[in-house]
Amino acid sequence: MQDLIKQRFYKIIPKVDFCSLRYVAEHSEKLVIRQNVMEPPVTKKDIGVMITVFDQGGAGYAATSDLTESGLRRAVKQAQSWAICSRKQSIVDFSKIAMPQIQGHYQSQVEKPWQTVPITDKIELLQNESKQCKINDKIAAWQASLWSVQTEQLYLTSDGGEISQQHEYLMPEIRVTANQGIETQYRTLGEFTTGRQGGLEVLEQIKFIGKGKQLAEEALQLLAAPNCPAKKLDLLLAPDQMMLQIHESIGHPLELDRIIGDERNYAGTSFVTLDMFGNYQYGSPWLNVSFDPSMTEQLASYGFDDEGLPAKKVFVIREGILETPLGGHISQTRAGLSGVANSRANNWNRPPIDRMANLNVEAGQSSLQEMISSIEAGILMQTNISWSIDDSRNKFQFGCERGQLIENGELTTVVKNPNYRGISATFWRNLSKVGNKDTFQIMGVPYCGKGEPNQVIRVGHASPACVFSNIDVFGGAV
Amino acid sequence: MQDYFYNLADFINSKLQSEEVYLCELIGEQSDFVRFNQGSIRQAGKVEQYYLKIELIKGQYHATGELTLGLATEIDQQRITALLTELREKRSHLPADPYLLYATEKQSTESIGKNQLPDAEEMITDILPTIKNHDFVGIYAAGGMFTGFANSFGQRNWHSSYPFNIDWSIYHNTDKAVKSAYAGFDWKATTFQDKITQSVAQLEILKRKPHTIKPGKYKVYLSPSAVHEILLLLSWNGFGLKAQRTKDSSLLRMLTEPRQNLSTKITLLENTTEGIAPAFQSQGFIKPPQVTFISAGRYDSALVSPRSAKEYQVNTNGGNEEEIPLSFDLLAGQLAVKEVLKTLDTGVYVNNLWYLNYSDRVACRMTGMTRFATFWVENGEIVAPLNVMRFDETLYQLLGDKLVDLTTEREFIMDTDSYERRSNRCANLPGALVEDFTFTL
Repeated sequence: MQDLIKQRFYKIIPKVDFCSLRYVAEHSEKLVIRQNVMEPPVTKKDIGVMITVFDQGGAGYAATSDLTESGLRRAVKQAQSWAICSRKQSIVDFSKIAMPQIQGHYQSQVEKPWQTVPITDKIELLQNESKQCKINDKIAAWQASLWSVQTEQLYLTSDGGEISQQHEYLMPEIRVTANQGIETQYRTLGEFTTGRQGGLEVLEQIKFIGKGKQLAEEALQLLAAPNCPAKKLDLLLAPDQMMLQIHESIGHPLELDRIIGDERNYAGTSFVTLDMFGNYQYGSPWLNVSFDPSMTEQLASYGFDDEGLPAKKVFVIREGILETPLGGHISQTRAGLSGVANSRANNWNRPPIDRMANLNVEAGQSSLQEMISSIEAGILMQTNISWSIDDSRNKFQFGCERGQLIENGELTTVVKNPNYRGISATFWRNLSKVGNKDTFQIMGVPYCGKGEPNQVIRVGHASPACVFSNIDVFGGAV
Repeated sequence: MQDYFYNLADFINSKLQSEEVYLCELIGEQSDFVRFNQGSIRQAGKVEQYYLKIELIKGQYHATGELTLGLATEIDQQRITALLTELREKRSHLPADPYLLYATEKQSTESIGKNQLPDAEEMITDILPTIKNHDFVGIYAAGGMFTGFANSFGQRNWHSSYPFNIDWSIYHNTDKAVKSAYAGFDWKATTFQDKITQSVAQLEILKRKPHTIKPGKYKVYLSPSAVHEILLLLSWNGFGLKAQRTKDSSLLRMLTEPRQNLSTKITLLENTTEGIAPAFQSQGFIKPPQVTFISAGRYDSALVSPRSAKEYQVNTNGGNEEEIPLSFDLLAGQLAVKEVLKTLDTGVYVNNLWYLNYSDRVACRMTGMTRFATFWVENGEIVAPLNVMRFDETLYQLLGDKLVDLTTEREFIMDTDSYERRSNRCANLPGALVEDFTFTL
């Protein structure tokens, strides 16, 4: 199909300053066993292209699933028409934007491709896990699922750029609900946050087998647990909550399109301003954050972004100092700052915008035991369950599935409904310890929402466990 | 488009094998999207997308597939034929589904919208001169939206509409902005201009020195848009039968003895008749005109998908697979909008809430932020814009014990979401005056 698309594109390139075609074919399948009964499995095959035209300062796009030559010609005309309409009315003078012209290829590393394993084996695996969950009458609901996505992308430009990329992702999930009266508690693998690039080998990497029973036991433990106390405590965040903390209070505020105002009507603005890069103390000196598309297992590893920029690792925060915004080629030109290769679209029918992609906290020196031992009065929180942050990405409140108090250097009572709140601009300065490589885990968010028109995209976050001093924590309703 | 879909349905029918049944659904749109920033165009384009979902059934065995249509008959028929072969093969490996339920009684319907939209570029020509001197940021989305259903019993349903939706903010500076929208089916440039004039007038108040309040309890007025955000959070597992039976519902305490109730002023419905979404769903069932969720503060009914109906041995009421409401209707109260400021006296006038989530789901305790034009009010007069505040409150307080009243006038809100496709959700809502509303940060 890609060869056919290529031939057709080169035949229909209009006489304009720049034209590109972005082809995306996505095949996905989700298998769910809910309470030992299979939910209807759905296979999706999505295919289409987006044509983009820059001409005389204007820009326009047109997305279509009609891949015939006439269909592509019609899309070119529609894109041209919008380029003419936006000429001299656009916030960007596209005549001054020189788009990358790159040839390249990228492919996920996959050991056990989804399609090579019979569906019956995958159903059996999920059934076995599901059957382990109902360990008690208080287990009110449970399900185990596997969601596989395979994508093929081709990016062609009128000046000879050609990039092909193939990705395969697996997002496993187990969810257990325990209930007694008016109390319900949950344990999950993290709502698909253990997803990675790869095939079924991901299940071994995340130790999926046996997790159902473990989560059920933990849910029952939470059902009997006291509420999280309301007080100031040192906070030890596990990687499956660090992921969300990084995402909301570093990733989004550093997205360049938010900083220059594109997102103010929907996803929001940022407390970060352009003059902060290079000098702003974002966090304590132990904070090192990288944009890293090179860690092959992560959800947002790729060779090139959707405007053809080659992707490489860049530090965005080093020793606590803010260095680099998360902005792609067009945003970099508009802002006059260097950035990263993160202009991405979630599909053929949405245009690229700045996305955080893989954003990771680098491992530090402390072992988990050293971090726990160092805390006199604190709490360990695991697995995000709730997230809310203001539109400048500053005042936040996050909740976790499970908490465990730390008293005099030891883990003690398990507590339910642990929540904490803070302000991004000061929270990261309270980072007092960063876990070593043994505490480092690869996580991700499959549903990051942003943009007008809206789009959800996969992003990756790898992090060690980290300690934050003197944080406002609290529990659920009494 | 309708004829094309029905022809594809006939084609699927012709490819069925012995004892097979099919259900199929088309969801498509022809959308123009124009993004604005600083009163200029940021991104402009057109999206044409058509997705066909086919469920291939034999007895209690079934498999479902979705594909993209290219609207070229030969290619689409090839794709459908390949998908049917794949589904048949897959179905042979699947266990019987005890919860499979679909409509077998033929109930064909047709709701054909009239396309009154001017050419998109013409509308943009109307919009640009009005906004160019303002820090206007937002999105214009318009064009045809199509939903169709067909099955092997000869049932055919079609719903088309041609709405536009412009959703914008006009900024004074940093996070101080007035939010507004203009949506409908019959574009009038003068109405848009009037709305911009109103937004700009409100912006004057935002130029005053912002007021900051300490965390604590305050009397607040929540505009219909703010109430909408609360209901959108509740729609996430609040009203579906499956969530209720699996103890996952945020309204669990309204369902479990001793029951907690809301204020008797609260009557909340799914009002399909007054909504803009299709009145049919993916398994071919026709939705009733209304489903009452909460009646005079007490829990009444749930949305029931066909699958939940079979699992829990009750009747379906045409709920979608996710059992999420599409057409909220909260009945009006007794407080005239013109009396709101006077009745609020001293407190916070909240035009918008943002990023709501649960801090304790089964207790229905929720948190979120104020956003856009939120004002500090003293002695019935707006004094200053308020710097953003975080709230954390239970539904049983804010629409229960602490609800003073709802407004007599209601606002019809057309959802602006466009994840995967443009939304056809809407809501008809009053504003709410609430005492002792808890701000925490």
